[in-house]
Amino acid sequence: MTQAIHIDIKNEDWLSGIRSFFTTVMEKAGIDAILIPTRLSVKNRIMPTLVSDPARLAEADPLSPAFPVNGAQQLAKLTRLPAGGKMAAVLRPCEIRAFNELVKLNQGKRDDVVIFGVDCPGALSNSDFRTFADQHETPDAATRAFCAAAFSSDPIHENLTLTSACRSCDHPTPDGADIAVALFGTDSTKGLTARAHTEMGETVLTGLDLPPAEAVPPQQKTVIAAMLKQRKQYRKQMFTAVEDATGSIHGLSTYLADCVNCYNCRVACPVCYCTTCVFTTDTFCHEPFQYLQWARRKGGVKMPTDTLFFHLTRMAHISTACVGCGQCTNACPNDIPLSDLFSFVAHHTQGAFGYGAGLDLSQQQPMCGFEKEEYGEVVGLN
Amino acid sequence: MDPFEPAIIAFVCNWCTYTAADLAGTSRLSYPKNIRLIRVMCTGMVDPQYVIKAFLEGADGVLISGCHPGDCHYINGNYKARRRVKLLKEILPRFGIDSRRLRLTWIGASDGIQFAGIMGDLVAQTRELGPALPDLKMVI
Repeated sequence: MTQAIHIDIKNEDWLSGIRSFFTTVMEKAGIDAILIPTRLSVKNRIMPTLVSDPARLAEADPLSPAFPVNGAQQLAKLTRLPAGGKMAAVLRPCEIRAFNELVKLNQGKRDDVVIFGVDCPGALSNSDFRTFADQHETPDAATRAFCAAAFSSDPIHENLTLTSACRSCDHPTPDGADIAVALFGTDSTKGLTARAHTEMGETVLTGLDLPPAEAVPPQQKTVIAAMLKQRKQYRKQMFTAVEDATGSIHGLSTYLADCVNCYNCRVACPVCYCTTCVFTTDTFCHEPFQYLQWARRKGGVKMPTDTLFFHLTRMAHISTACVGCGQCTNACPNDIPLSDLFSFVAHHTQGAFGYGAGLDLSQQQPMCGFEKEEYGEVVGLN
Repeated sequence: MDPFEPAIIAFVCNWCTYTAADLAGTSRLSYPKNIRLIRVMCTGMVDPQYVIKAFLEGADGVLISGCHPGDCHYINGNYKARRRVKLLKEILPRFGIDSRRLRLTWIGASDGIQFAGIMGDLVAQTRELGPALPDLKMVI
């Protein structure tokens, strides 16, 4: 069985090398279709696309900083029932983690899909990506410019405005993929390495007929360690800022003051999976007299109501599954840094249960199980 | 000014704590009027959002009370409730809602005397904590 293969790169052109690698995968590994970030034919915008014709991979762009939606939701749609064909998907590490959470919730399956992960330097918000993409002559040029900056030896990325979710992400490598393509610390003149992490990955790599991988570049570990150090520092600062701003209900209300109850954050959230969310039902569509009563009792009532209630409920419902992908912030029309807040809460709730969202498929979600004897400290009046 | 009287919402399970409350009543035991009982079939059906809604609408304390471990009418609902309380106690205090305002107790169907006693203690504790959200001018 092949554990790792070499992806040939010519003229330091990672994008073409990656495209040709996935073309080989489609042709030789019996993959009927691959879900991969691909350019729209109508405009220089990128969306996850289920590609069945290998020729279309010329438009694929898994290295772009575009991150319009979390692909986990899309992959769940493709795998919740047998699709009648073998599929592959190319996902960011946070998309893989989110998909793992969905698999645990029986919203998708990993059995019939080969998941490829690519080292992720981070992404831009939708609005920043539009500006960035439009500054370059061609879409390829935009992606190459991004890669040149993001994978440069200087990991600070001063010139890139990566989202705060990405800058605070401490899992930038796709450890949960079946096959992981390493980019960090890679010499751009040499080829890339694709390494299998699962048995399914090994089977696929074995069938590709590609040369075995070369030795791991010596600088890979130090590059990743330096990046993680920087991100953890950012993460710490981010958490402190959130903690200072939201230490009371008043503070939390201030943080969420711009919220208009559009629920875009919930729609964009990959792990908020209920088909009928309680907030879209009539449960909180109160009787008119109720609003009047609130107004009388308090002297006035903000409309729409239940803003804080919505966010706190979401924290209770999904913070243990939050993978910190940042799509909530990305989807907010009023630029509320929701991802900072949810990552902060998730850090504590997951910590309380010794859980890491999406990291280990075999680890049970905290709210999906119990022990007969546990958490005695929360019982009683002491 | 009148002394502060806390409002406490108690989600009590039909089979144990509600029955204990009933027993307290038929035994002519009294307990403070600050407690507003909401009967649920099992503590395992108390979604965290019920607790959150209670606090945001002005409750000064929330109690979830059900059967002792091993006695749940639905086998394991109280274990699920315990995890949810653990979860809420991680979230709410970060936003200024004191952990002591949310309580989970096990009160069996025959514990009428204990029920009345625990309600008295709970009200005294919550009264000491003061109003939960004194400065909120509106429902949010």
